[in-house]
This record gives sequence, structure tokens and C-alpha cells, in this order.
Amino acid sequence: MLHTFPDAAEIVTAVREFLEREVMPRTAGRLSFHARVAANLLITLEREMQLGAETEARYAHLLHSLGVGDETELAEQIRTRQIAGTDPRVVTALDTITRDRLRVSNPVYLADEIDDDPRQVNCDNGQHGEEAQHARR
Amino acid sequence: MAGTAGTHGIAPHVGDLAERLQDRLEHVLGNSQRVRDLQRLSGGASRETWSFVADSGQGRQPLKLILRRDPPTEPRPEQMRREAVALQAARRHGVPGPDLVDWSDHSAALGAPYLLMTFVPGETIARRILRDQRFAQAREMLTAQLGRAAAMIHEVRDEEVGQLPTVGMLECLRSRYETTKIARPVLEVAFQWLEDNPPPPVGQTRLVHGDFRLGNVIVNERGLAAVLDWELVHRGDPMEDLGYLCIRAWRFGGRKPVAGVGEFSTLFDAYAEVSGVRPDPEVVYWWQVAGTLSWGIGCLVQANRHFSGATRSVELAAIGRRVAEQEHDLLRMVNSRKPTRSH
Repeated sequence: MLHTFPDAAEIVTAVREFLEREVMPRTAGRLSFHARVAANLLITLEREMQLGAETEARYAHLLHSLGVGDETELAEQIRTRQIAGTDPRVVTALDTITRDRLRVSNPVYLADEIDDDPRQVNCDNGQHGEEAQHARR
Repeated sequence: MAGTAGTHGIAPHVGDLAERLQDRLEHVLGNSQRVRDLQRLSGGASRETWSFVADSGQGRQPLKLILRRDPPTEPRPEQMRREAVALQAARRHGVPGPDLVDWSDHSAALGAPYLLMTFVPGETIARRILRDQRFAQAREMLTAQLGRAAAMIHEVRDEEVGQLPTVGMLECLRSRYETTKIARPVLEVAFQWLEDNPPPPVGQTRLVHGDFRLGNVIVNERGLAAVLDWELVHRGDPMEDLGYLCIRAWRFGGRKPVAGVGEFSTLFDAYAEVSGVRPDPEVVYWWQVAGTLSWGIGCLVQANRHFSGATRSVELAAIGRRVAEQEHDLLRMVNSRKPTRSH
């Protein structure tokens, strides 16, 4: 590699550490908050540098498999209903792309076990929520 | 840090505002008042929020008050009128909140349209409400209190609030999305689902708060103390408020579906207790999806302010990477295996 000592990843880490260890503890209010935001962006960049090649390759492959050149084209095709948003290939592709984005920008967000769907099959006879669940078991 | 006035660079104007407040309060309260401790609270760019104490100095209890004012360069009188009228109507129906001491949609008295309200002690920051031991009991009661408050808001009649806009949600969202000129396929998938699975048309439009969530309420140890931030009030399907309350973003990491603290059954029971009608889960779910889409588009708009050069900010830039969070929720919600009633 040509650009090393430090390489790009090491630069990012060094700047992040500076923000976390020196700027944040010595500032307050809005400035401190913005230093935190900046440090988090550098953490995102660290993950992007680790996962970028793998996720970019998958991204290009998925768009190609859907027959589109880029996301703008895909968005347009869904908007004009040339492609159905419910098409399983579209669903899978977009799910994978979105998960890959979150693996880089906010991986903890992918842990989403909370059931936030209030719809139950037998709601109109007065049973609801946990009671209906227990009744069916 | 040195006084907040210096921090915000508004020192010359603070004294001027204090004087105008004193004049206005004398007119409203009928005796002369001294304004003490006037300070600007941190908050959004679109509105100024100030706190102060009004002291009549006659052995009477000083009054702690909150001033919400448009920036003098950007008055929005119609909006302020809507907020004032909606807040007063909601209070009459029992919704917890501050009392409106005075308001104006003119700039003569205080330099811009404003609301003057009583100070309600408590906490607005969602993460504190969800995590502090201080609010452990409040968390147990909050879901039902939010359900009852929502039902009371939805009881407000047309005649009480005058002309309010009726918002066509999908048209409004599409229009906001298009201003960004950014194309996101997942958002298009969500639009398609919302169009293809519409709820039954609401028989009677109701007053809708429009931003009903943690962050816009004050909570004390006994639970819900005030519903705030009536800026987005409009007429529409009341289930919009319930759906919006239950989107993932407004759980702030809490483990339960309603505002991070409670179950749907608790919310719906409390709502039915006051309104006499039990919310339809299908309709609420549609509004959860719409609310998630709305918040995703909101993040796009915010990030775009940085990229368009309008407001360069590391915070706004960072928001651009967060749109994927709402997209993830949208894909999960529109591809859920639970049955949707066919129309």
C-alpha cells in the first residue's frame, strides 16, 4: 500500500479518539453534542472501511439482478408500478441493501425483537392483546 | 458557562423583551409586574422558548411562565392562532397542559406572535422518562394517561377551533418527499403499500395533535403532566395520533410498543374509556406505517438542508445515514406476516 503510517483507517481512529478523549470532556452543551455526533460519524466510517468492499459488491449485484442501473431507476420503476413493491425479489434486495447500510451506520438497530403490530385475527369479539394470544395457545 | 444571553448573542434584546413582557403582563394581569430571570431555553430553530418569573412584589406568589415566540424575522401568525385555540380547546376537554395566560397573532406587543403559558414542572426528555428511577411509577401509568388524553383531544369539535386545515396525508408526504429530489426505493415501496391498503375513510374528521409523542409531553412522578407542541395540529383521522405515538423512533429504545412503556391493549382500553369507541388495530397500524414514512421523509429533508448548502452542520449530515433506520422499519412493517383485512 502506498499511503500508510498511518493508513486511512488509522487516521480516522486517531481523529475519533481526539474528539472523544479531548474535545468532548472539555466542552459543554451544543459543542460537546456536535463533537459526539462527529465522533459517531467517524465510527461509521471505520465500519464502512471494514465492510465497504463486501457490501458494495453485493449492492451492485442486487441492482443488476433487478435489471436496473441504480437506485434512482429502481425508485422510479416502483413509483410508476413497472415493478411491484411486493415482488419478493424486490423485497429481498431492498431488505439486504438496507441491512447492509445499517451494519455500517448503526448495527444495534438491527436487533429489533419488539412486536409493534397491534393487529390480531380475533379482535372484534372483545379479546385483544395478550389475552387473545393466551386463548389461542 | 457565562449567562445564556451571551451564549446566544442576544444580550441587547433580552432587556428589551423583558420590558415588553412587563408592559404586556401589566395589561393582562391588572397590576405591575417585574420580570426576573428571563432566559432562553434550548430548542428548535423555528420557535423561541423563554422562561421567566413574573413578580408583582405585593406579597403575592411570583408566577413562573413560559413564552413561546416566533423569531421576529419570521412571524407565522396563522400558525400561532391555531396553536392557541387548539391548546385552549384541549384544556377545556381535560387534556393535561399549561394554561394560556395570554397570546397574540400580532407582533405589536412582543415583537412577534406568541403564547404565554404557565410553567409545568416535569421532564420532557424521553430517555430520562424511560430510564430514571424517579419515573418508575409514572411509566406504569403513562400509557393509559396518553390514551385518555388522545381521546380528549379528539373530542374537540369543529366550532371550537375554527378553520383548521384537513391534511391529505399521502399527498402531503409525497409533496414533502419530492422537494428533496432524492429517490429512495424503500420509501416508494411504503407509499405503494399505503395506497394499496387504505383504511376505511373516516366518517367525521377530528382534531388531530399531529406530533403526539414522548418529547412533546411533560411527565412528572405521577405521570402525564402536559401535552405540548400543538404546532402541527390539523383535522383528520384521529387514529393518526395513536399510530404516530407507536412508531419505533418514539420508543426511544424502550422495550414496549407504545411510547416504549406500554401495550396496545392498555392504550386502546384507555382510549375507549373516554371516547366510547375502541381503536381499530388495522387503522392504527396503517398510521404507524404512515408515521414511520413521515419521520423518514423528515430525516431526508433535514439531511438535505446540509447537502443543499442551506445549513452546513455535522448533525444534519449525520441524519442522512439514519434514513436507513426508518426504511428498515418500513420494510419490516409492510412485509409482516400478520393478516391485513382485504378491501
